[in-house]
Order: sequence, then C-alpha cells, then structure tokens
Amino acid sequence: MNTESNVLRESALDSESVAAASAPQTRPFYWSVRRELWENRWIFVGQLAVAGVFIVGFLFNMTRWLDNMRGLSTTNPAKYWDTVSLPYNIGAGALMGALILMTIFYSSDALYGERRDRSILFWKSLPVSDLTTVLAKASIPLVILPLLTFAFTIALHLVMLLLSSIVLPLSGMSVASLWKELGIFQMWGMLLYHILLAHVLWPFPVYCWLILVSGWARRAPLLWAALPVVAIGGLEKLVFRTSHFAAMVGNRLIGSGAPTDVTTGEMFPTGPMTHLTPLRYLSAPSLWIGLVVAAVFLGLAIRLRRYRDPV
Amino acid sequence: MSVIEAHDLRKAFGTTVAVDGIDLRVEEGHILGLIGPNGAGKTTALNAILGLTPYQGELKVLGRDPWAEREQLMRDVCFIADVAVLPRWMRVSQALEYMVGVHPRFDRKKAEAFLAKTAITHNSKVRELSKGMVVQLHLALVMAIDAKLLVLDEPTLGLDILFRKQFYDSLLNDYFDGSRTIIVTTHQVEEVQHVLTDLMFIHHGRIVLKCSMEEFEARYAEVMVKPEQLAAARALKPIYERQVFGRSLLLFDQVDRQQLGALGEVRTPSIADLFVAVMGNHAGGAQGAAR
Repeated sequence: MNTESNVLRESALDSESVAAASAPQTRPFYWSVRRELWENRWIFVGQLAVAGVFIVGFLFNMTRWLDNMRGLSTTNPAKYWDTVSLPYNIGAGALMGALILMTIFYSSDALYGERRDRSILFWKSLPVSDLTTVLAKASIPLVILPLLTFAFTIALHLVMLLLSSIVLPLSGMSVASLWKELGIFQMWGMLLYHILLAHVLWPFPVYCWLILVSGWARRAPLLWAALPVVAIGGLEKLVFRTSHFAAMVGNRLIGSGAPTDVTTGEMFPTGPMTHLTPLRYLSAPSLWIGLVVAAVFLGLAIRLRRYRDPV
Repeated sequence: MSVIEAHDLRKAFGTTVAVDGIDLRVEEGHILGLIGPNGAGKTTALNAILGLTPYQGELKVLGRDPWAEREQLMRDVCFIADVAVLPRWMRVSQALEYMVGVHPRFDRKKAEAFLAKTAITHNSKVRELSKGMVVQLHLALVMAIDAKLLVLDEPTLGLDILFRKQFYDSLLNDYFDGSRTIIVTTHQVEEVQHVLTDLMFIHHGRIVLKCSMEEFEARYAEVMVKPEQLAAARALKPIYERQVFGRSLLLFDQVDRQQLGALGEVRTPSIADLFVAVMGNHAGGAQGAAR
C-alpha cells in the first residue's frame, strides 16, 4: 500500500539522518500518527473484511450479473455503463459505508480511550504537546482513513476486474468492451474527489464534534455526542415542526447534500453524466462555515485535553 | 537553581482543598520522600509539579511554569504516575521506537540494556506482561531518559516484595548519580527509608514535617523504656507512646541521646513510627500509610 511504503521509506531516511546528526531529531507529530495506527489496527482489518466479504458476494452474484450483461450492447453506452459498473459502484459504496462507521467509531474514542485505560498519564509524561496529539488524532479521519478507503477501493476493483476478465470470455463476452466502457481510471478519479469532498471535508465538523466530546465524556462518548443533536432536533420539531437541524447533521454525516457535483438522475457520483463542480463546492458558504465550526471544536478539544484526568 | 520551588501552592476541587498553601524547595541531587495518608494531597501536589493540573500560587520546576510549559518541561522531567499506565496494546519494540521518536534525551541502548536483565521480550505486548514486568518496562523506559527530575507516584503499588526491592535497587544503582533529583510517594515507607535523602510528611494539603534524613536521625529517638523509668521518661515529653509486648516505646523529638540512654534502649525510629506519631490524631488515615 502506498501510505505504508512511504512510512517505511521515511523511517529509513529518518534513522540515517539521526545517525548523521549529533543531537537526535524528534518528530512528535509523525510518531503520534504512527502510534494511532499501531493502536487502531482494526481500521485496516475492517476495510479488508468489508472488501473480502464483498468479493465473496460478487462471486455469488456473478451469474446474475453475466445474465444482465448478455442482453446489453455497447450501442446504448449509458445503459451498458449502469449495468457494468453496478457491482463496482456498490463495492466502492460498501467501503465508503465502512469509512463512515469507522470514522464515527474512531472519533468518538479518540480522546476517551487514553483516559479510560489511564495511558494518558504515560503520553503526558513525554514531551508531546496537546496540540500535536489532538491534531495527530484528527488526521486519522481527515487523511488516513479516507486515503486508506481509496486504496482499498482500488484494490477491490482490481480484484473484481481480474475476476471479470477471467469469467467474461468464458461466457463468450468481450473483456475489451468492459474495460473500455467502464472507464475505471476516470471512475477512480471521481471516487477520490467524492471521498475527499463529500466524506472528509463535508462531515468534518461532525467528526470534530465527536473528538471534542470524546475528550469530555466520562463514559459513553457517542451517546453524549448524540444527545445535543437529539435535543436540538426535538426542540425544533416541537417549536417549529421542522427538522432542519437533524437533517443537516445527518446529511453531513453520510456525505449527502454537498454541492460537489451535479448528477442527472444517477445513483452513483461516478457516472459518465456526473459533472463535478469543485468551484461551486469550494465557494459554498456552508463548506466554510462547517470548517470553521470544526476548527473551533478542535481548538476546544486541545484545550480540554490539558485539563482532563483519567476517567 | 532549585529543581522545584513552590510558594503558597494551592489547589482546590470545588470546596475540597487538596493542597493548602505549600512552600517547598527541592535542590538538585536529593531524593525526597513525600509521605502522607490517602487523600492528603500528595498526588495533587505532584500533578501540579508535572503540569497536569492548574494551581494557584507560585511554582517553578527547573525554572519553568509547569502548567504553561508542560511540553518543554517533559524533556527534563519524567514520571511514573501510577502503575499500569503503559498502553496495553503497545509492543515493547513499539514503545522503544516511539520513545526514540519523540524524546530527545531517550537512549535506546540504555533501555535495552535494562530490559535485557528482565524476562521481557521485545515482541511482547504490554497486556501480556505481568504487573511486575509492566513496572520493570516503565522503569526501563524512564531510566533511559537523561532527565533532571524523576517523579514517582506510588511506583510499586501492588507489586510483590521482590519486585519492590529490585525497583529501588536499580533506581539507586543504575540511575541515581547525585546530580539527578527524585521525588517519590509511597505507602511502603520502610522500603524507601534507606533510599531517601529528604523526608516530607503531608496531611490535609499541608506540610506537617520536612527534614533531611540526617536531621531525622539526629532529632528523633525511640526508647524502649524500662518500666521503672516510665515516669521519668514521660517527664521528657515524648511525642508519642505505644506498647509493644508489654513494653513502652516512647518517641522523642530533640532530646539529648545520653539522657535517653539512661531510660532504656535508644534507637532511630522508622519513618513509619514517626509518621504514626505525627499523624497520631488521625489514626484512621495514618494506618494505611504505616502498613
């Protein structure tokens, strides 16, 4: 995996430079991220499990997929694409669903786990600031998990393509048109765009809220994080008979409603008819308001970590 | 420069006053024992020194304000806040790597040399180690740091006597070199008596006694008084009196030893005995500490 090999290369470079310089160079941020990855190996295992289960499901549904393919011709490219890409899109969707769940789980435990097992007393005995620690933790949902999900999606798609390339000729169908019409590289590009914009930047304030509450709660941080959302949502429902707040939080969480693209009646944001609208997205006030809120939550989380004892 | 300088250090949690105006000065090269019953404010005072909790009053550790400059301070200060705070998922090799990565004064070779004397293997996870081994590992990590101040808060709680003895032996033999400073709190008072250079009793957030071990030995004397001398001995105003096997043991503060010699067998009291005497009015709390 890309991130892994970078890590290896960097640590090799690092030990050389340490040997060269007389005073050892420390890199608290880098090592803080490393320790998150050591501690949370389940994020790799989780993605791997989802991808594995999906491949099994893909194999079981292969005959049905082949039947659907048989009746198609490439003269209707949109229809062909829909059918051909369906398992690929569902596979990517499954990993994205896993990404959302894992991010929620990780963020709501980020500053809670170290207090629960009292290891915060060990971490705080070292020259690593609260700022570094909290930012390292925030980098997991902001950078590591989405890139990991993207890497796993590519790996999953490659395995599926390999399997399809074996099975299609056996059923007398053309592999070439599959590769040509699927446009896998374009799909990956759009997936990366979609993940980063709709599943990272857009829900980031929700994740930072979870991180903040994880640093505050004495138990059950996820429930505490949900409580104000339910309370505000309930109050809004009672007073105004609307549910904008709950809908907003929900949409942010599942990455919908972000002005990232215009899909003309398509199910997936990777279709050939999807128009990406990065400028509209980047100039949307809702994005920037969200990011400011996220920054405030993170700032509070950093402050809070200074004060917190083990639970 | 003193390693720790506190003036009128205070800390309250709501209406509970944990530290009630402590004046403290710890010089380089001293090993200070902080002794007090449960809830006396020891840990709170240490947390303030380590930058883990905000406080009122003046406090400088190695010339720094610990609350504002914890990160910088931790380059020169290390602590074992409690047994079993090492993250349970961590491998020994990861702990070593991580320490090299974040601590400029960590010497990996030293830590590995300490670990080589134990049964701990590099591949084990903390959760697989026994309680005693976790403390050995933590001590190995801490002793490999070239720090100026080491703070130990109940470092041997729950360990068997072999591990406890080993712990203080390696601390003295492999770590302490006269220029470092160590603060230790413990309830196993007898085991640190020969280790300490300074002694401090703390109770209800206040310092009730502070002296060097030389002063301690010069000031306090315990006499097993012969029954016929009891009245004469009591006239010298012992600070504490107790009965052991029907004999009276009297503890004196700053009474001439020759004078005491006439009354019975004179010896230096244990810290535990002095602690019980000083905390006499608070027997309930004192018993835990003197155990």
